[in-house]
Amino acid sequence: MPFIYNFPFFSIFICMISGIVTPLLKNGKWAYRLSLFASGAGFVLSGILLGRIGPNNESFSFMMGHFPAPWGNELSVGPLEAVLATTVCLVMLMALLGGSRDIFEDVLPEKQKLYFIMMDEILAALLALTYTNDIFTAYVFIEISTIAACAIVMAKDSSDTMVATMRYLIMSLLGSGLVLIGIVLLYCITGHLLFPNLQLRVLDLASTGQYTMPLTVVVGLIVMGLGIKSAMFPFHLWLPPAHGSATTASSSVLSGLVVKGYIILMIRLFYKVFTIEVIRELRVTNMIFLFGLAGMIIGSVGAIKEGHIKRMLAYSSVAQLGYVFMGIGLGTDIGIVAACFQILVHACTKPMLFSCASALSAGRHHNKKLHALRGAAYENKLAGVGFTVGALSMIGIPLFAGFAAKVLFASATMAQPVKMWMTLLTLALSTVLNALYYIPAVTVLWSRPEEGEAGEKVLVHPAFAVSTVVFITAVFFLGICYQPVVTLIQNGLALL
Amino acid sequence: MSKMAKIKKEKQTAWQRFCAWVNGDTADRPLMPADPPAPRKTKTDKNKKQKTVSSRKEGIELNRFGSIYRICAVLIGVAVVTVLMVTVLQLPLFGSPDNPAVNEVVERYVEKGLEETGAVNMVAGMILDYRAFDTFGESSVLFLAVTCVTMLLMRDKNNTSKDEDLLTAREHVIEGYEEDIILTKIARLLIPCALVYGIYVVLNGHISPGGGFSGGTIMGSALILFAVSFGMIRMSRFFTYATFKKVTSCALLVYAASKAYSFFTGANHLESHIPLGTPGAILSSGLILILDICVGIVVACTMYGFYALFTKGEL
Repeated sequence: MPFIYNFPFFSIFICMISGIVTPLLKNGKWAYRLSLFASGAGFVLSGILLGRIGPNNESFSFMMGHFPAPWGNELSVGPLEAVLATTVCLVMLMALLGGSRDIFEDVLPEKQKLYFIMMDEILAALLALTYTNDIFTAYVFIEISTIAACAIVMAKDSSDTMVATMRYLIMSLLGSGLVLIGIVLLYCITGHLLFPNLQLRVLDLASTGQYTMPLTVVVGLIVMGLGIKSAMFPFHLWLPPAHGSATTASSSVLSGLVVKGYIILMIRLFYKVFTIEVIRELRVTNMIFLFGLAGMIIGSVGAIKEGHIKRMLAYSSVAQLGYVFMGIGLGTDIGIVAACFQILVHACTKPMLFSCASALSAGRHHNKKLHALRGAAYENKLAGVGFTVGALSMIGIPLFAGFAAKVLFASATMAQPVKMWMTLLTLALSTVLNALYYIPAVTVLWSRPEEGEAGEKVLVHPAFAVSTVVFITAVFFLGICYQPVVTLIQNGLALL
Repeated sequence: MSKMAKIKKEKQTAWQRFCAWVNGDTADRPLMPADPPAPRKTKTDKNKKQKTVSSRKEGIELNRFGSIYRICAVLIGVAVVTVLMVTVLQLPLFGSPDNPAVNEVVERYVEKGLEETGAVNMVAGMILDYRAFDTFGESSVLFLAVTCVTMLLMRDKNNTSKDEDLLTAREHVIEGYEEDIILTKIARLLIPCALVYGIYVVLNGHISPGGGFSGGTIMGSALILFAVSFGMIRMSRFFTYATFKKVTSCALLVYAASKAYSFFTGANHLESHIPLGTPGAILSSGLILILDICVGIVVACTMYGFYALFTKGEL
């Protein structure tokens, strides 16, 4: 076995061990550096792995321990997993850099170390959710990411965040509970926990017609559970307060990565356990499709009504997640390729928007109401440019990443006439709605401030500058050279 | 009839008197004389008078929403319960030979478990050797949970007022002077037994039922009993937040390091050089004993950490 195959295991363990070592460090600064090291190391390792298995189009499974798969644990890695893991590590690194100043201001000094433990463990959980080949391991890491995600909302100790954490915790636990019941029932009717063995049994059950009802319930419970945790439309109400009130890095990581972790798991389950044909037959995709369409509209309408810039961005996340669910709901390979691409686009864009919004409000005494931010872009031009690029990408202007995603969604629907019309109409409507809140926000930021409104000039933090530049590059890269990435995702899905 | 009732009543009062005596409330000298607290003027009382028409309207709407919400919640809950019940009825019978769970996976655990892991307790072999990655995740969940509670409840300037600080200081003073004789005498007897029993359960995890999780809970309860009966000050002589952090982190680190070694050698098909020993001996079954000890320490610290943080907000 080539040495490079160890890299997924290394990246998960580096993150977990960093989290465990953190309490022994001297102070928050060192914990921050260790977190940067963990996500940086994860990025380098996943990047090397991607460089190797992406072009060769290979996939492999990695035995965790001395016992082969159905008895021991296993990781499975292909081009899709490698792309996702690389992006997750990069976004985590950049979100930490972009939000570093706010973390040290918002979190009490004696509790900063604990905050970085949570960040390390979230990254470990996301990597494990991306790589795991075992449904129970997936559940364990869902639990880790649930606890850690609530903790990073709670870290900024204000009344808003406490209420938001409470709502988030209850909804998130409900989701985990449903997933767990689903897994238990699935084990009862199949007797396996490993993805490939599960798939064999599920196909067997589907063809013989045995246990049809339990299988349907299992799919329903798991989709609903993961849907609640990733803010699928009717269950999205916990997201805006949680993502809107947390400290910058938390908002970035939650919006950009944590909700995506569950969607990635859902896609992998659809391919590796239930198979997309069975899912289509059970008409689950149609439900997801409708929820996705509704989410796209409802999220945008919520964002239009919102005057608080971070909550507006949080509602926009609901809308963007709607796109992902719509793509999954198409139930075709190409639709899911588009959904995966949208995951990458949103993971690169939303953290940048959050960190730029916080940087812009820093000169205005952290007032995050839109009307208080008039002309803030002149005080921190880099943040202004970053916000504008992110907004244009979210609206879907050509050359920006969001446009590529929308083109992919539109072309993915061509085979299904009914879904095509619904998708195209909703895409058009949603683009207009997106423009209706992003354009005014950008205009406010770049209009000349009236007298007495201007805040002091803000010194651009070097860490923030690095993260914004990297994110802007990523947005343009995904918007212009999206073809290689799409091919990579296609190959990866074919190998799942 | 009335006589019977009278006797019954007398009996009841005797019983009640006995209860009161046990609780320390004697008729002539109540232990805690407490006047009913004077009704306080709360904010809502004040606001009630100033309520405008619009806010009343809002209140009615909120009430209506509340009742609709409750009805919906009950309906959805009943629907989900019904669906799950019907599903459970259709599941394969537990223990029947054609149950899908009876397959090659379980077969190997049962038949080769002892030979491959060296653990007589099959559960220990399964969770700490075959599927040790999951258990590492579970121990991390405990570690994260206690870290979360520390983040939320550990006293800091945001969540503690001056009055509360004064109150804690007073409690500490009282702890120093007064000792509950019954509690401390019994605790002196119980704590060593509980600790030894916990250690026994942890160390025998691979031989008999038990292991890190159950043994750790027993040790944790001994720590809690110590803190209850002797007070936080005495506790802090040997167990402070710094010790807690060091012990938990080191235990998890040992777990992570030993399992990382085992995963690395296993995946790369290298010889791990970990002797399995003779099954049934204390020093056997390779890494399982070490992992059990680590899990036990983490669980004990977590149990005590929860208790201390929830009651006092400090460790």
